[in-house]
This record gives sequence, C-alpha cells and structure tokens, in this order.
Amino acid sequence: MHCSEENGREVAEPGARFYDRSRPTGVHMAGKYHRRSLPGTLAAFLALFAFLPAFAQAPLAPRFVVVLDAAHGGDDFGARLGNQAEKDLTLALSVKLRSLLMARGMAVVTTRESGADVDADRRAEIANRANAAACLNLHAALVSGKSGPAVHLFLSSLPSSTDARFVPWRTAQSAWITRSIALAGVLNSALTHAGITVTLGRTSLPAIDTMACPAVAIEIAPQRQTDAQDGAGADNAGFESQVAEALAAALVEWRADGGQFGERRP
Amino acid sequence: MIPRHQTVLFVILLLASVIMGAVLWNQLRRAHDRLLHGEVLAPTQAPQVAPAEQATLMVANDADNSVAPRILTLPLPQNPEARARAVLGKLFDLYAAPDAAHPVPGGASSITQVFLMPIADAGGKASSTSPQLAVVNFTSAFAAGHPSGLQAETLTILSICATLDANLPRVTEVRFLVDGQTRATLAGHADLTRTYLATETVPTEGAHP
Repeated sequence: MHCSEENGREVAEPGARFYDRSRPTGVHMAGKYHRRSLPGTLAAFLALFAFLPAFAQAPLAPRFVVVLDAAHGGDDFGARLGNQAEKDLTLALSVKLRSLLMARGMAVVTTRESGADVDADRRAEIANRANAAACLNLHAALVSGKSGPAVHLFLSSLPSSTDARFVPWRTAQSAWITRSIALAGVLNSALTHAGITVTLGRTSLPAIDTMACPAVAIEIAPQRQTDAQDGAGADNAGFESQVAEALAAALVEWRADGGQFGERRP
Repeated sequence: MIPRHQTVLFVILLLASVIMGAVLWNQLRRAHDRLLHGEVLAPTQAPQVAPAEQATLMVANDADNSVAPRILTLPLPQNPEARARAVLGKLFDLYAAPDAAHPVPGGASSITQVFLMPIADAGGKASSTSPQLAVVNFTSAFAAGHPSGLQAETLTILSICATLDANLPRVTEVRFLVDGQTRATLAGHADLTRTYLATETVPTEGAHP
C-alpha cells in the first residue's frame, strides 16, 4: 500500500508504500514497521539517483485515478433517509467503493474522509489536480411515490464546449461533457446489468460543473419513503453494496476502454 | 389607625383609576368600530372571472425522472405575471395532491410572486416584444418543506422552466428567489444562484444523456 499526499488528501495506490504521518519516521511495508537511520536513508536516496536514467527510459503507465466526492458534510446533513443523514450515507458509500476500486488496482482520491464539511471549490480543486479518469459525486435520497430503489445518474447541464486552454472555473465541466456522457453510459450499463433501476438526467450542480474530468453525479435512492421503517437499514446496506459493486465493475470497464484516460486534456 | 387624609387620597386614586380604565375601554371600542366601518366602506373591486383557457403544464414524474406535458383548462388572467403565477400555482397544486408522481408539499401558495422583466438586447434597449426574464419567488416554507434530493429538486426546477416556456413564449430565462432573497440551493442540491434557460433540457420518458 502506498499513500502519497495530493492536495492535502491521501492518495491510496495499491502495491506501493504507505506513509503514515502519525509515526515519527519510517516506512510501513507489508505490515512491518522499519526504522531507518539517516545515513541509510541518504544511501537509499543516492542509489535511487543512480537508477533514475533507467527509469526515465521506461514509459510510465498512466495511473487510473478515480475521484470519489461524498457530498455534504459538517453542518450540511443533506437529505434525511429515515434516521440516517445523507452525508453519512455518502461517506459510507465512498469508503466502500474506495475499497472495491483499490482491490481492482485503481488509485482513489477522496474529497472527504470524515464527517467534516469540505468547501465545494476545495472539492473541485482536489478533483481537478488528480488528473482523474472518472469523478463520481455521490448523493443519496429517498424515493417517494410508487417507485422502488433506484440510482439516478446526473450529468452537468452545461453545454458542451470545444477544448480551450483556459476555461472558467464555474463551467470547467463543459469541456468534458462528451466524455462524461460516455462515462454515464458505462455506469448505466453496469447498473442495469446488475438489475438496478437507473434514471438519467442533467442538472445544474456546482460540484460537477467545476470538475475538469469525466464527472457524473450519482444519487442512490435506496428505499421508498413510506417503507423507511426500522428494518429498512439492513436492506439499504444491501442495496448500497450492490450499487458499489456495480459501480466498481463499471469503472473496470471504463478503464479497459482504451483512450478514455491518461490525458490531461479532454 | 390610618390617617384620614391617606384614606381620602386612596379613594381619589382608586376612583381616578376606574374612570381612566372606563375611558380607555370606551376609546378602544370606538376605534374598533371605526376600523370595521372603514373596511366596509373601502372600495372593493368585484373579482373578475377570467375566461377559461387551455394551459400546458409540464408535470414531473419521480418514477422515471421525466417531465411530461398535461393540458388542462384553467381560468387564466390576462395579465402575464398573474397568468404565470396561476399556471405555476396549478402545477404546484398537482404536486401537493396525495397521489402525485412528484410529491411536493405547499400547493399554489408556495409561489408568492412571478415577476416578468424584459431582457435588454446588446444595445441595452428593451421593447414590448423583447424576451423576458421570469423571476419566481418561493416562500421559505416551500423551500424548507421541499424533499431534499438531486432528482426531486432538479425535476421541480425543470418543470417550472418548461411550464413557463410552454405558456409564456416570451419568457426565455428564469431565476428563483426564496422570500425575495437569493438562496444557494432549493433544498441542498439544485442550484438557485444561476439563471436557467426556459428551454432547459427536460428529461422525457426513456431519455438518455
């Protein structure tokens, strides 16, 4: 496991080392904690320089980074889902999805790791610096009326624009609309294949309007409002797991689709 | 033993209090009568029965995330702002019905006013045929009671835009206020700070992005 600092958040990458700031010095590798002396560290550093030309020759495989943006947080509870707040449900889904994606060899950047609120611009900043292949903005709501559990996929309602060197912050997504539509198609296909009801739409949501990556807002609607009784919690957890598995499968497919990631520009 | 002059003083003060109370009560009653009398005499305009016309309401459906047209015959005023409010009021009455496909509490009273303002052209001029900006003013009770959710809020906004577009062709842009103030979101999701196009992309049944 490896964690690098990126925009103040931890970027977890499978198969690499893990840096833990809570420990004084050292490297946490495969469950063992090794303390290195300063000369040893310097020697390793110099040895690394000796091999740098060799590394420079080999082309680095592009990292497949997925940004998970759990909506709401802090005093912003979002929707009420029975006795659970939307901010808690989105965080739980983000954690679950992160585990699934890392197990599939993807690097995951999360905008929120706790119940604390993160400013909308800060979220976009994290996403935009990650050079992500997919940005998922996670929401949750109760379905009312006669419909059952479902997942609602939303794209930005911004019009698609041609690539430009500089794009306004609030409409950064406009240059990525085409790829966002492609990503939504892959997500829709995987969710439908998993037997989940999916609806598609477009919305004006600053959280994705400001993202410069293929971005989709995903709202999971686990339970009808009239059915949100005491026993609904376990059913909801099962539905969340089902959705997380389907999303992970979709992103594996998205990764397998060559040319969909690895370039900074859309 | 209470001195005599104190007894006299007490009696005088008591009498004065009773008299003042009676005078105040009398004045209050007269003021009340005067108010009622004024209301009765106030000139009132007889309510005009607007002719019934066909209106197209773009009704949202949560089940398939769609907005579908529904044609109804309604008494619609000639004044465009009153007309817009009447049409949207009917739309919100449908949403407040018990079996609504897009349940939103509040009904017609959720919309305080609809203002229509001409949009100036590039030269800064506006005429009687200029496109219009509709400003829809919600009550804070409506915003507080609206179901929170990306889909629910988006459908409400889109159905309002589409309904205005269907019934008031000059309206090209729509903005939203809550109790006369700008507000970040409707109920935590849909952006209320931006200006929406009346022809905003409306999801139809089975639509794909």
